[in-house]
Amino acid sequence: MELIELKDIHKTYYMGDIEAPVLKGITLSIRKGEFVALMGASGSGKSTLMNILGCLDHATSGEYWLEGQEISRLSADERALLRNHKLGFVFQNFNLLPRTTALENVIMPLSYTREVLSDRDARHRAVELLNRVGLGDRLHYEPSKLSGGQQQRVAIARALINNPSVVFADEPTGNLDSATSEEVLKMIQKLNSEEGITIIIVTHDPNVARHTQRQIRIHDGLIVDGQSPASDKTPRGSQ
Amino acid sequence: MRTTLTMLGIIIGVGAVIAMMEIGSGSSNAIGNTIAKMGANTLLVLPGAATSSGIGFGAGSVLTLTPQDCDAILRECPAVRSAAPLVRARGQVIYQDRNWVPMNIYGTTADYLKVREWTDLAEGEVFTDKDVRSATKVCLIGQTIVREVFQGRSPIGQEIRVLNVSFRVIGVLSSKGANMMGMDQDDIVLAPWTTIKFRVGSSSSTQTAQSSSSSSSTSTASSPSQLYPNSQVSLYPVPSDTQAMDNPQPVRFTNVDQILAAAQSTADIPLAITQITDLLRERHRIHAGEPDDFNIRNMTEMTNALSSTTTLMTKLLLAVALISLIVGGVGIMNIMLVSVTERTREIGLRMAVGARARDILRQFLIEAVVLCLAGGILGIILGCGGSYLVTYFLRWPTETSVAAIVASVIVSASVGIIFGYYPAWKASRLDPIEALRYE
Repeated sequence: MELIELKDIHKTYYMGDIEAPVLKGITLSIRKGEFVALMGASGSGKSTLMNILGCLDHATSGEYWLEGQEISRLSADERALLRNHKLGFVFQNFNLLPRTTALENVIMPLSYTREVLSDRDARHRAVELLNRVGLGDRLHYEPSKLSGGQQQRVAIARALINNPSVVFADEPTGNLDSATSEEVLKMIQKLNSEEGITIIIVTHDPNVARHTQRQIRIHDGLIVDGQSPASDKTPRGSQ
Repeated sequence: MRTTLTMLGIIIGVGAVIAMMEIGSGSSNAIGNTIAKMGANTLLVLPGAATSSGIGFGAGSVLTLTPQDCDAILRECPAVRSAAPLVRARGQVIYQDRNWVPMNIYGTTADYLKVREWTDLAEGEVFTDKDVRSATKVCLIGQTIVREVFQGRSPIGQEIRVLNVSFRVIGVLSSKGANMMGMDQDDIVLAPWTTIKFRVGSSSSTQTAQSSSSSSSTSTASSPSQLYPNSQVSLYPVPSDTQAMDNPQPVRFTNVDQILAAAQSTADIPLAITQITDLLRERHRIHAGEPDDFNIRNMTEMTNALSSTTTLMTKLLLAVALISLIVGGVGIMNIMLVSVTERTREIGLRMAVGARARDILRQFLIEAVVLCLAGGILGIILGCGGSYLVTYFLRWPTETSVAAIVASVIVSASVGIIFGYYPAWKASRLDPIEALRYE
């Protein structure tokens, strides 16, 4: 069974009477444990697809199966719960809470889970994750005291706190210099190869995409390349 | 920083409320006390015949009040704070080459000053119960007497002649000014009532007898036959004139002109009247159904003024408090709205990691309430401090009001909920995609 299965997804925005179709029938499947890059020029619809995949938005028509569950018709609250349990997000601009320590930033999503974790367990898990991303010595630093790379690693730890099925990374290296980018990408790659976490990176940068196993290219709301899992195609770049 | 600014609104709001309440209730109390000092709580017990022309009172007992009545009132009426008997006289005061006719010459006890709330003397001291018992010839004089007779010099220890009896001045009353009818209250001489009653007396014949110690002429001294002019039978052997002058002992059936009593508070006035009436009827052995042989008068006009002033002050304070809390609340709402806008990205992030709309709503509501409560507590401190400063520097009376503190904690919490709800609702309605993209 595929982890993610999109069937003929359409997304149309309405501005008054004008219809603006952004996604014009996306069919896509991603397997568990894959490391995928979602590529496309700006305006191609990759952000919209990312929002639908990330359950932040729902499609105008089409089916979206996540771990065997059809979720395109869920209510906003149900989607929020789903995001909390199954998805992790890493953003271009980190989106850490200011004036809040790294540890508290990582714990934050736990306050919205249904099954309440004890304070000690939550801290224990967060410390473990921060150790894993190499920030074990900066638990009580506020984001303003951390470098860009460090901040992004805190964000990665935050994305992993609920043991998600999929982690979405939206231009995770867009605000970082090339050395730090490399470092962060290596870490994401390691998470994928060692822990088997499914990772979807949205990027327009071929250098970033090079780290992945499979690139999905979108142009004008349609997938032009990489529609089916990686085994069908020869992976590009150095693997 | 923003949090501080947010709180500042509610701090000032609550602080203003507390300070206003404390200063206001202090002022209100002070006004109440002032009016009470003017005599609003005073009850005047008069002998019955004074207003009923004496008809129907049997053996012509015009003078029915005794000093023992006064003691009994003080002892047995819990609603009465203090009571003093009063003996009036009228006549000339002479000091060296100056003379003056005071408005009032009162024989009383030291409690008179307590009844009138006039205990602070300008100079000297009050006469004691011992002075009253032994009819010592000492007196207190009012400011007008000092001005007119002593022309501003210190009168303490000086001898003045009141109705030709020599009195030593032992104290000067503080200035009280005119009363409600415009009569000068400082134009007064106070002496032990026994002295006025037995050594001075109000009839001219007694005066001459007392004053001219050299000539024991034709005049008679005070005796029961004089005090009860209508009684034909003499109760005691009439002492000879010489005896009477040598021993001006109080007779058994002494009476006083009035008894002045003060109720514990304005609210206690009706109770005090009932208690005094019951007590005096019992003491005077008046049977049920028979009319009283005394009258009690209170200061209804002043009492009404007092209670209406208090009501007015309370309403004024309430209005001020409400306005400042509404202003504070609108301030909170404004800053919370700004805060929602500023934190759009944070809201988007929280939604992305799984916060539902109601989680966001709750978070912002709790934040608003916590802000308001913290602001409220700081406001209470500020308000109390402010009112303390006002007391300290301006010497305004203030009064710590627990009710105001409790109310403002509750009110600041509800202001937080009411005015925090709209911004919180707005935050919860944000679209996570838009919110995350917001710069």
